[in-house]
Amino acid sequence: MAVNYKELKQGGFMKQIQKDHFSMRLRIVGGQIEAEKLKKVYEIAEKYGQGYVHMTSRQSIEIPFIKLEDVEAVRNEMAVSGLQPGVCGPRVRTITACQGCKICPSGLIDTTELAQEFDRRYFARELPHKFKLGVTGCSNNCLKAEENDLGVKGGIQPEWIEKSCTFCGLCEVVCPRKAIHVQKEDKQVQFDETKCNACGKCVKSCPLDAWGGKIGYIVYFGGLFGNQIATGRQLLPIIYSEEILHRVVETTLGFFQRHGKKSERFGLTLDRVGWDNLESELKEVSK
Amino acid sequence: MSTSADDYVDITDVVCPITFVKVKVALEELEEGQILEVKMNEGEPIQNVPRSLKDEGHQVIQVLNNEDGTFTIFVKKDGL
Repeated sequence: MAVNYKELKQGGFMKQIQKDHFSMRLRIVGGQIEAEKLKKVYEIAEKYGQGYVHMTSRQSIEIPFIKLEDVEAVRNEMAVSGLQPGVCGPRVRTITACQGCKICPSGLIDTTELAQEFDRRYFARELPHKFKLGVTGCSNNCLKAEENDLGVKGGIQPEWIEKSCTFCGLCEVVCPRKAIHVQKEDKQVQFDETKCNACGKCVKSCPLDAWGGKIGYIVYFGGLFGNQIATGRQLLPIIYSEEILHRVVETTLGFFQRHGKKSERFGLTLDRVGWDNLESELKEVSK
Repeated sequence: MSTSADDYVDITDVVCPITFVKVKVALEELEEGQILEVKMNEGEPIQNVPRSLKDEGHQVIQVLNNEDGTFTIFVKKDGL
């Protein structure tokens, strides 16, 4: 019987150069895996692979050297222990994320939770070409939002709270955009919103929480880091509601579904059909 | 506006994480409410040391830009 490589690839088994051997990709969300599941990964690699795993460039795990004859057995063992295969090919791929605000002192948003929600809603959705979603907690950008087809970055629109301020000047020196000027003698703070990149360093460092503000999502579209390289572009102001964020993601995937050509990455679709078209659709749904 | 300090530490000759370690050791020697003066480099130290001090309950009360790539901060022990 002929081997259906396409179906195997879709189900996370990627053909190796060695005949009838596959590198099996796991469905990992936000770069996290429970220790108990990792133990099972170890067992499968020992029993069916060559006793090692490969960490992919996008936070997944692959177990190389699975034999064709063992594919079913591996699938069954995985299913029993709650491990799921990843995907390859023209669909939404592994959702990546940094550790976010629940772990990292710099994090502004709960990236782990958002990655899990993205996984539930969008993972493996069929599209004209591969589509990468990534979530990064802040402007330090450990998860490199702009290299994804759609990347999300935590941000904050700072607000100065005069009554708490001691005019120590720390916010001025930590601001990477020189958007804040503290006049110590006159007890004045000038904040130029147009220079602010929503990184939240003023908020995080202020000793007396005299900087607050609303936390939200900055979204980048059309990033590529493969055969071609392009930086994702921000098309909307910061989004404060998760519901609107999902509307934006749905609209983006729908746009790619309608306008994308087979084997054309999203950014190139936008170059061809016009960024303005996506932008106006997004503005409509993010009102 | 000048602030007087009870002790002084220079962390311009070390890198993270020794920067914060040196500050912590210096703070250990002080009583609650006393002031430590810390000289540090621009970039990573000024971004992270004051934030770590906040996390540990010490209050930065004054920041001076020395205009030579260094900053001097005044920290009140357990001030938060």
